[in-house]
Amino acid sequence: MEDLSRFLKDHPFTAGLNKKHLDLLVGCASNVVFKAGEFLFHEGDDADLFYLIREGKVIIETYAPQKGPIAIQTRGAGEVTGWSWMVPPYKWHFDARAVELTKALALDGKCLRGKCEKDHDLGYILMQRVSSLIAQRLEATRLQLLDIYGNNTH
Amino acid sequence: METTHTDARPAAAGGNPWLSRPYLVRKKSRETADTFTLELTPPAEDGGFIFKPGQFNMLYTFGIGEIPISISGDPAKPETLTHTVRAVGAVSRAIAGLKPGSRLGIRGPYGAGWPVTDITGRDVVIIAGGIGLAPLRPAVHYLLAHRGEYGKIILVYGARTPADIVHRKDLEKWRSRFDIEVLVTVDRATGDWQGNVGVVTTFIGGLRFDPSSCAALVCGPEIMMRFTVMGLRERQVADNSIFISMERNMKCGVGLCGHCQVGPSFVCKDGPVYRLTDMKDVFIKREM
Repeated sequence: MEDLSRFLKDHPFTAGLNKKHLDLLVGCASNVVFKAGEFLFHEGDDADLFYLIREGKVIIETYAPQKGPIAIQTRGAGEVTGWSWMVPPYKWHFDARAVELTKALALDGKCLRGKCEKDHDLGYILMQRVSSLIAQRLEATRLQLLDIYGNNTH
Repeated sequence: METTHTDARPAAAGGNPWLSRPYLVRKKSRETADTFTLELTPPAEDGGFIFKPGQFNMLYTFGIGEIPISISGDPAKPETLTHTVRAVGAVSRAIAGLKPGSRLGIRGPYGAGWPVTDITGRDVVIIAGGIGLAPLRPAVHYLLAHRGEYGKIILVYGARTPADIVHRKDLEKWRSRFDIEVLVTVDRATGDWQGNVGVVTTFIGGLRFDPSSCAALVCGPEIMMRFTVMGLRERQVADNSIFISMERNMKCGVGLCGHCQVGPSFVCKDGPVYRLTDMKDVFIKREM
């Protein structure tokens, strides 16, 4: 438990949380390792767990028939994979697959939602951090859609 | 020194700035489906081509037209002039169609370059998008040739897809060094791409450098540069430490015709590289 607390404290997503809130998170956390090619979650599954990546690399992707997997975004050390645990209907929208050996802290979203209901301060802090993640992803997605490396005309 | 229209020396040597010099196409290599790198040999009487990283030349295809293209080669090798050209219009397509042994008109170099000699002692963060790596390539060559004079050097490069990555061999070579951090990302990928996927700006938050003593050199499409500037500002990088390379419709190359005017500035003469503080009033203005 002490180690998990240390890992949590060091991760940018949970940096700055007070001890009480960190302890609440530790109660919902576990250490996980994924081998290259292993899936963290699949599109359509219940979003019960999300991951704070400590080492390695994860690709968020979707699968198109006759095209195969299409990569959307990569997540690396210090980043978070998954926000659907916070937003109904709590289902994953994409697949997440480890590209290389990946170490992460898995946080039980169901467990955390329960704790957020009981401790609204924790709920507010986590909602702020998840909203910030969603905003970053939205901005990145918009830039991808803009296809900014398009043609000039000389 | 006064120049006349009959002075055939290169512009850099005080010659006529309007006169193109015939350069020999020595080598052409394909970077991507529509982008080529040309290695040119200057006329023997010019004694090489001296330029500063970030400067550009006007490239003239005889009978078709002239376009501004940044110099993408090593400033320490004046015997070779290198340009990386994306074939997207009439002139650039004609340039891309040149074969080794043919001639290309060159006049230049023009404009202000990257401030590589003014940023010694600092961490250097280089952020390039698409073919924007080409104008930064001479700066990377310079920084690595003078490696001991700088702190950390980080190069972040974003391209549309893995097939659109330019100067791939250089990126691989630089990545294999232990004294420069090279991060590459693409906007879209399928199949066996194992590298990073996501826009170039997503890296900025996680880069390890000293924002209080750094210089950021940024080149790419202006939308990408705007979001990069926002990301750098979030990291507390001061505007006077951010340098951008502007692209405008440059024609004369010497600040006379006004085609490239942005606010009070002529991009061909005062730029294309600007300190952000000198350009920020117009950089984010919709109409500019």
